[in-house]
Amino acid sequence: MMNWIAGIGRSTLSQLSDLGRATLILMQAIVGRSNVGVHWRLTVDQIHAVGVLSLSIIIVSGLFIGMVLGLQGYTILTDYGSEQALGQMVALSLTRELGPVVTALLFAGRAGSALTAEIGLMKATEQLASLEMIGVDPLRRVVAPRFWAGVISLPILSLIFVSVGCLGGALVGVSWLGVDSGSFWSNMQASVDFSDDVFNGIIKSVVFAVVVTWIAVYQGYDLVPTSEGIARATTKTVVYASLAVLGLDFFLTAVMFGEI
Amino acid sequence: MYSRRLELSVGAFVLLGALCLAFLALEVSGLTQTGDTGSYRLSARFDNVAGLTTRAKVSAAGVTVGRVVGIRYDETTAGAIVDMEISQDFAQFSEDTSASILTAGLLGEKYIGLMTGGDPSNLKDGDVIYDTQSAIVLEELIGKFLLNMSSDK
Repeated sequence: MMNWIAGIGRSTLSQLSDLGRATLILMQAIVGRSNVGVHWRLTVDQIHAVGVLSLSIIIVSGLFIGMVLGLQGYTILTDYGSEQALGQMVALSLTRELGPVVTALLFAGRAGSALTAEIGLMKATEQLASLEMIGVDPLRRVVAPRFWAGVISLPILSLIFVSVGCLGGALVGVSWLGVDSGSFWSNMQASVDFSDDVFNGIIKSVVFAVVVTWIAVYQGYDLVPTSEGIARATTKTVVYASLAVLGLDFFLTAVMFGEI
Repeated sequence: MYSRRLELSVGAFVLLGALCLAFLALEVSGLTQTGDTGSYRLSARFDNVAGLTTRAKVSAAGVTVGRVVGIRYDETTAGAIVDMEISQDFAQFSEDTSASILTAGLLGEKYIGLMTGGDPSNLKDGDVIYDTQSAIVLEELIGKFLLNMSSDK
């Protein structure tokens, strides 16, 4: 019995210290003086790695999700004789939910795991320790550019995802299933509001970007420097980031759209 | 050379993001339609607003002129007060304008239709329209219809 209570205490304390270390790492990485020119170049490198190289998976999944929404929505909406509302359905579900959430999940799998593995391998091969030896702060040199690159890239990827998804929905709905092109786009424009829907979607994806990248760099920086530790940390990144995105999405949706 | 290509790809990536934002703003959310010329507020008192929601359209002769921004219960008249924000472009509603709650299609959403009258003076910000026609509640209609059927026999 005493052991059981002590176990709860131990795990609570270790969770709390994890959270504290993660916050400290983030704070040390992004706050304080830095060599702006050099770090900007490093950040551009990382935007290439996590953003540009994620483009293909984002565009392909956006296209297919938009097309599936068009197909599914059409079969449901024809039952009520209102297939001209297809544009509205596709655009609203993409801008409000699917765009930010699916992009963040894909980003966690594609870029987050890579960030964790990369930083983890640097730690395992003692590159981070060597940086410290020559007087370079690895948090500023290694962690900060990756963090900012993630925060910049994910909202852009999400915008691209939503746009491609809308085009995919139009492709299936208008070109294939024969919904009138005029009513498809005008219904969409009448129901989607820029500040309520598009902008809230962007806010969501910025929040997801911070959380996913934070989890990824923390797991990489804090792992046990063995091959098994890297494997475990990479898994943790994907699992924690996905759960955090889905959980946060509920709260953000409740705050943004829940006033009805 | 490699670095140059990398910079180009990142630049193209950011530009693509900006382009998508413009696409979402113009094509998907139709941002151009809201030429922000300001708006003024009118209210209307209805006996029954069943089914009307905030953000519903306010239209005159089928043209959208504004949106519903609030619905509240008025205890003194035991009715509903609907607040509407009308675009400043449409400031020519006469004082005897009437408002009615209409339905788009058979099961579509409710909206408010304004019908301007002949009075030379116009409604101003904050005015209340009392000449209104309430929402048609389908259950009441069916109830009346059934009652008539049974009394005919």
